[in-house]
Amino acid sequence: MSIATTQKRGFGAVLWDYLTTVDHKKIGILYIIGGGFFFLLGGLEALLIRIQLIKPENDFISAGLYNEMITMHGTTMIFLAAMPILVGLMNYVMPLQIGARDVAFPFLNSLGFWLFFLGGILLNLSWFTGAPDAGWTNYAPLSVQSPGHGVDFYVMGLQLSGAGTLMGGINFIVTIVTMRAPGMTYMRMPLFSWTTLVTSILILFAFPALTVNLFLMMFDRMFGTAFFDIGLGGNSIIWQHLFWIFGHPEVYILILPAFGIFSEIIPTFAKKRLFGYTAMVFATFLIAFLGFMVWAHHMFTVGLGPVANSIFAVATMAIAVPTGIKIFNWLLTLWGGSITINSAMLWTLAFIPSFTIGGMTGVMLGSSVADYQYHDTYFVVAHFHYVIVGGVVFAILAAMHYWWPKMFGRILHEGMGKLAFWTFFIGFHLTFFIQHFLGLMGMPRRYWVFLENQGLDTGNLISTIGAFFMTFGVIVFLINIIYTAVKGEKAPADPWDARTLEWAIPSPPAHYNFKQLPLVRGLDPLWIEKTEGKGKMTPAEPVDEIHMPNGTILPFIMTLGFTIASYGFIYQVDHKGWLIAVYAGMAIALGCMLIRSLKDDHGYHITKEELEREAD
Amino acid sequence: MKGWMGKSKALLLFTIITMFLAGCGKENLTALEPKGYGADKSMDLILLTTVIMIGVFLVVMLIYVIALIRFRKKKGQEDFIPKQVEGNHKLETIWTVIPILLVLIIAVPTVIATFDLADESQASEHINVEVTGNQYWWHFSYDGEEIVTSQDLYIPTGERVYLNMLSSDVIHSFWVPTIAGKMDVNPENVNTMFIEAHEEGVYWGKCAELCGPSHSLMDFKVIAVSPEEYDQWVSDMQNVDPEEVPADAVAQEGQELFEANSCMGCHAIGSSPAATGPNLTNFGDRSTVAGILEPTKENLVDWIMDPESIKPGNKMTGMYPSVSEEEANSIAEYLMQLKPSEITPESAGN
Repeated sequence: MSIATTQKRGFGAVLWDYLTTVDHKKIGILYIIGGGFFFLLGGLEALLIRIQLIKPENDFISAGLYNEMITMHGTTMIFLAAMPILVGLMNYVMPLQIGARDVAFPFLNSLGFWLFFLGGILLNLSWFTGAPDAGWTNYAPLSVQSPGHGVDFYVMGLQLSGAGTLMGGINFIVTIVTMRAPGMTYMRMPLFSWTTLVTSILILFAFPALTVNLFLMMFDRMFGTAFFDIGLGGNSIIWQHLFWIFGHPEVYILILPAFGIFSEIIPTFAKKRLFGYTAMVFATFLIAFLGFMVWAHHMFTVGLGPVANSIFAVATMAIAVPTGIKIFNWLLTLWGGSITINSAMLWTLAFIPSFTIGGMTGVMLGSSVADYQYHDTYFVVAHFHYVIVGGVVFAILAAMHYWWPKMFGRILHEGMGKLAFWTFFIGFHLTFFIQHFLGLMGMPRRYWVFLENQGLDTGNLISTIGAFFMTFGVIVFLINIIYTAVKGEKAPADPWDARTLEWAIPSPPAHYNFKQLPLVRGLDPLWIEKTEGKGKMTPAEPVDEIHMPNGTILPFIMTLGFTIASYGFIYQVDHKGWLIAVYAGMAIALGCMLIRSLKDDHGYHITKEELEREAD
Repeated sequence: MKGWMGKSKALLLFTIITMFLAGCGKENLTALEPKGYGADKSMDLILLTTVIMIGVFLVVMLIYVIALIRFRKKKGQEDFIPKQVEGNHKLETIWTVIPILLVLIIAVPTVIATFDLADESQASEHINVEVTGNQYWWHFSYDGEEIVTSQDLYIPTGERVYLNMLSSDVIHSFWVPTIAGKMDVNPENVNTMFIEAHEEGVYWGKCAELCGPSHSLMDFKVIAVSPEEYDQWVSDMQNVDPEEVPADAVAQEGQELFEANSCMGCHAIGSSPAATGPNLTNFGDRSTVAGILEPTKENLVDWIMDPESIKPGNKMTGMYPSVSEEEANSIAEYLMQLKPSEITPESAGN
């Protein structure tokens, strides 16, 4: 139904629809498109980095540009690709899984997306004048002293997109706490919704540390303060602490939703309920809690002393316990099941050994004295790529195959899915496994060149070859998306014989999600109805009017105002005339807030008649 | 019998890993063939954790592979619905308790080693060197010896040398993989670590914290010589006459140019504590030019003519009037003959 109407509309109408939408599903798709775009950009940067390192003393890119490349690769992949795509999936899937018609604050949801997207665009505009070059960790004092405006773009871009993420986190927490369908108790929530909740709590507590840190950096660079300036009594180690107080939970902000995704896919394709559901929920909380207690393991070599190093070493190793619980629970979910292996499942099954390696090197890194060797070498590069690619990227690709039919009503092509999987999977291990050894053989990370005769040539060559395989895999996946959009197989409501609520409604769902809110009778509600009930969800309410929010362009304009102001902040250092941009931008943003506050918008109602006219 | 088989397999595995690891990397750069106290401690923990983790990995993979083979959907069983198991307390307890024990096995030696390597109580009884990290070179000043060098750090074997490290600009990290793990060199506080080399050798050192465009070119060397040779080196270095006029005419001209072009504004010869640029007292004995190039006169001429093309972003570029190739040659001739000691990288078996 909705596809047909969409196709009839012109491009302008579709664009306007997406600019003004407050529908969590459309915003979810926007997040995925935005994140996907930045993922390709970050991937291109990664490829250029690997080409530079294909042979010793290569001069493919210059030293300064190389530092910009690694900085932008890391920043883009973490803040603008991995996290937004996951937030997009949460946005799309979580309300459906808990049986809600939208998120709690649709306006805020739209604002969060535009802040992320324009923040990311702002950051990438720095390419035209010189990108940030102090690493994605942006350590002071190197970042404070960095010439040009690169680091200013980093600060303002991340501040904007960070604000968006924070709003998203608050929104998800309120949604899950207040909008679950009748009967959907906490301990009946699907694991993906659980991890969305826990991730949002992490965002709520972790992002303020980043916000504060970015403000300090902004004041130091633009307004002459000296928080990080040693000469004037500041301290540059403060940046590291604040960065990692945010940065370590950030790792769990990325990996917990990935765990959630696998916890949906494995039971579906093993035809078996998740083993140890309660333990999985508590392990998620435990990982999140411990995630705040370990930030200084990124700082073992800073010189914090043996007491701090020991405490953080032991706390770090402790995280292995709840993570291990999860791995074994997934294995035991497979055990005794009836396993179907398709593309979604391939990515999931590949995750288990890949992530286990990443988790194990994590424990190895946690041993502080061993870390004195690993720290800031390619061993660490290998470790976090095993966790973030082997965990998060595999999860995103699994989720794409799994939820694509729900989101777009078509099933991604299996053959191309498998080809993309195998090339990417092989390429991934080729690229990163050898890097463990490169690190221990004496190759520090962020090295623009490595010298001849240091025994590092072969390893780097293998690594670069792997990167080409990964690139090929991504290209096949893109072709698959285009092919599927044009002539992909149409998807029924429940193509995988799955277990959770999102599969009880049509693919793609109507904009109001559920005509009647479903009554949830237990964990895996749809599975219960399919095996013990009538085969479909029992409604918890009669067909009645549905209250929906109106679309609005205000979030977009408000964000545009903030972006203009950010530009002004960056360039007012050179010329005070740029302060006009600051005032104009802030006036636009505050004006939008005023309109939003004064104008009553009660939304609209879908009448009973309309609902009855539309087929199930 | 079975237990013995298990043990021998573990031993075999351990041997294979050790051999594989030992075969990797360039001698005196790799952390996998440790030749110093700190690197030994790290290597012990690396091996311990690697063996435990490979054990865990094999268990995970065993369950994984069996599950995938046994429980893959079979033809003719399309409608088979497996038993919906909620969980199993006994199993869940097992895989909670065993990891806790494994973590303890790793944690205890980690904590012991952490305190061991941070022990500074005997620092005053040993050689102390003030290390300064600079974009993109290293300054070494020996406490109480009136010896200043840069790029090449001479130490005696079998003795702890305490390094008190501070940065003059941004954060650097001092790393000599074969003898010790790394320690950051911060601009705001002195970090102390000790290094101790077991055998003579020229060990590669690297900066391990991003410090600017030439971060990857901030190499240095630790030259470990026998205690006797070290004492010889100390006395040679203490007897340097910085004003000494070289015998060779070209070198003499170089010395004059060196002074005329205000090279001395940054580069000291002798034990002057000034450290705007690298100290050149024993330049002729250096194992490298600029930390990365072969120690030849040609390379030095190239460096003097255009340092920016060799180390982008270095602080020497543009600090002196441009010199002709001939002038650079004379300066190079002068610097290359600054060989105050018979103890050189060759003495350490370079």
